Amino acid sequence: MAGPPNIDWNAVIADPRFQTLHRKKQGFLTGLMVFSVVFYFLLPIGAAYFQELFKMRVWGVINFGLVFALTEFVVAWLVAFYYSQRAGGEFDRLAREIAADYEKGTVTP
Amino acid sequence: MNFLQNRKALGWGMVALLPVVSTGAYAQGAVTPEYRWLTFLVFAVIIALTMYVTYVAAKRVKSASDFYTAGGGVTGLQNGWAIAGDYLSAASFLGIAGLISQYGYDGFMYSVGWLVAYITVLLVIAEPCRNIGRYTLSDILAYRNNPRAMRIVGAISVITVSTFYLTAQMVGGGVLVKTLIGIDYEISVIAVGVLMLAYVLFGGMVATTWVQIIKAILLVAASIILVILVWLPYGFSLPAFLQDVVNDPKVQAKVASLLGDPAKNMSAAELGQRFLEPGLYFKAPIDQISLGMALVFGTAGLPHILMRFFTVPTAQQARKSVLWAMAIIGGFYVLTLFLGFGAAKLVGPAAIASIDAGGNMAAPLLAQYLGGGANSFMGNFMLAFVSAVAFATIVAVVAGLVLAAASAIAHDLYVGVYHGGDTVPPQQQVRAARIATVIVGAMAITIGIAAKGQNVAHLVALAFAVAASANFPCVLLTLYWKRCNTGGIVLGMIVGTVAAVGLTLVSPNVTYPKAVREASAKVFAGEAAKREDIVTRLASADPEVVKGAQVEQGALDKAVQKAKDDVAKVEGKERSLVGLEAPLFTLKNPGIISIPLGFLAVLLGSLLFRDRRSEELWPEVYARQNTGILASKATAH
Repeated sequence: MAGPPNIDWNAVIADPRFQTLHRKKQGFLTGLMVFSVVFYFLLPIGAAYFQELFKMRVWGVINFGLVFALTEFVVAWLVAFYYSQRAGGEFDRLAREIAADYEKGTVTP
Repeated sequence: MNFLQNRKALGWGMVALLPVVSTGAYAQGAVTPEYRWLTFLVFAVIIALTMYVTYVAAKRVKSASDFYTAGGGVTGLQNGWAIAGDYLSAASFLGIAGLISQYGYDGFMYSVGWLVAYITVLLVIAEPCRNIGRYTLSDILAYRNNPRAMRIVGAISVITVSTFYLTAQMVGGGVLVKTLIGIDYEISVIAVGVLMLAYVLFGGMVATTWVQIIKAILLVAASIILVILVWLPYGFSLPAFLQDVVNDPKVQAKVASLLGDPAKNMSAAELGQRFLEPGLYFKAPIDQISLGMALVFGTAGLPHILMRFFTVPTAQQARKSVLWAMAIIGGFYVLTLFLGFGAAKLVGPAAIASIDAGGNMAAPLLAQYLGGGANSFMGNFMLAFVSAVAFATIVAVVAGLVLAAASAIAHDLYVGVYHGGDTVPPQQQVRAARIATVIVGAMAITIGIAAKGQNVAHLVALAFAVAASANFPCVLLTLYWKRCNTGGIVLGMIVGTVAAVGLTLVSPNVTYPKAVREASAKVFAGEAAKREDIVTRLASADPEVVKGAQVEQGALDKAVQKAKDDVAKVEGKERSLVGLEAPLFTLKNPGIISIPLGFLAVLLGSLLFRDRRSEELWPEVYARQNTGILASKATAH
């Protein structure tokens, strides 16, 4: 189970680049996660406790509640897209750099 | 050598399946008898296609890695479709369209949580799991915690979650096939089970993946065709389409019957508009939030979904697969908005409920209507196609579940615990996996038949609740919390599972004889007045009114019959399964209590126990899950 002994894992997580990656990722993921969960629960909470608002017609028979439910889909897609842009650029680049440096010394069986 | 035997066996398996499908005793189904051959033809084409894929895939399954994870050689795009195929169960395909057709807005609102769940999967689960995992959920937990303990608690939890989910799928599948084409329930269950076994046993994850991809493509294609047919007459205008739904007398009548007395003062336009407003289905907001929590956090802990991330080679591909899955799953739920409202407008909520009280027949009946109705060739062809897709849906989901449960038995319990981490030769590992598959498959068929007539709809919600309360906190904290250790995971798994199952056992989901008798008494009490009203309307000169009254008469007959059956079932009983007269816990969904309890248990357990290994391996786990160092070697063996 344990990885090859020739990678010093403590050195990896102490690496300033890893520290940067860790810090940026943690803040970004926590913020995005909290936003997504809060935004999602606005839907059932709104539907239960803000019925007047949800019943307000905005476009023909379409009411605010329907628009809001559709917005949930769009926001979920946007969050996913935003995350993948950020992760695919900055995070992947840092992770690749670190991985390449530390894997270099390893002997592959 | 081995695979040649497999292919031969597969051929015989296909031959053996034919009489199962063709000699069944028929009851009344949605498909009219003269078109039943058409349904079987469409079924046969889809089964033949998936069997061919399995036949090809069987050649590629040589090692445990091939069997469990398709050798890690699935691309992000393929995996995205496979995740959609694994996830869009009959409950979401037929269930959500049905809910919308019966209750309007609330049904659509329900679908949102199923998509948002993937945000959790994408942000915190998919990539780390790909970076440090191998075949099963327990592999992730065992990386830094005590392997033996992790494999035991992990396997128990995986088997629990899969069994709940599997039971719901098998029973739902049996009922569905029976309702659609009138094959006996038992034969339907056996057909689903045997077909699924053929895929998994011979083709392992390779075949399962392709069956899920094919099913997802068929499902999306069928939905797009139906939505175009529904929406085209309105020039693809959303307000015009919904205006017509609101104006429909069938929809207005449904809202009136849902609201009861308060509806008497409402105009027809108000009643129709009410269909687009919340509150016709969900009456208890806290319960609904509790369900939402189970969906949003539980999906990330579903073993059959988690397992899909081990089939891709890198974290980047895992990320890509979630993006595709979200596009497909979300797009599909937006389409169900049109399927549900379209079925309400064109077929009518009462006509749908008269075939299946839960509304599950909304999409198939809509297909039949759009093709030209019950007596036309195209109508029956479309119904047959949608029915076949629904059947493929169940088989694909069941295959994923069985594979997840079998891997827990063979990889975690047999190889990991019984052989205690000793090296087990690859052939023996694959054989163990196949034997476990047969055991789980036989179990699924047995449970499916034994649970005939039981209300199993809440078992899917329970599976999500257990996954959210036990698996999710354990995986999340193993990956992200330095202090997390063996004690925390063992306690978290036990507390999370026991809390979710225990609360459900004392909740309103279980049958309470007293409550059943009271509810039935209410139906009987209201029957006379309703009959009188229907008789008056049957005498009307307006054929529309007469037609509506006839449909209502059928629905009333069904409701009364059901009430009688319900009373007969609880004859002589006073207490529920666990000996209660009334529910102790008033919510139907335990998530809001059991999820925090699960997290708390992992926290407390980790702080109270000490485990050197968990601490020592933390830097390695954390470095690997973030950077993917040696990730490619994690799949090699």
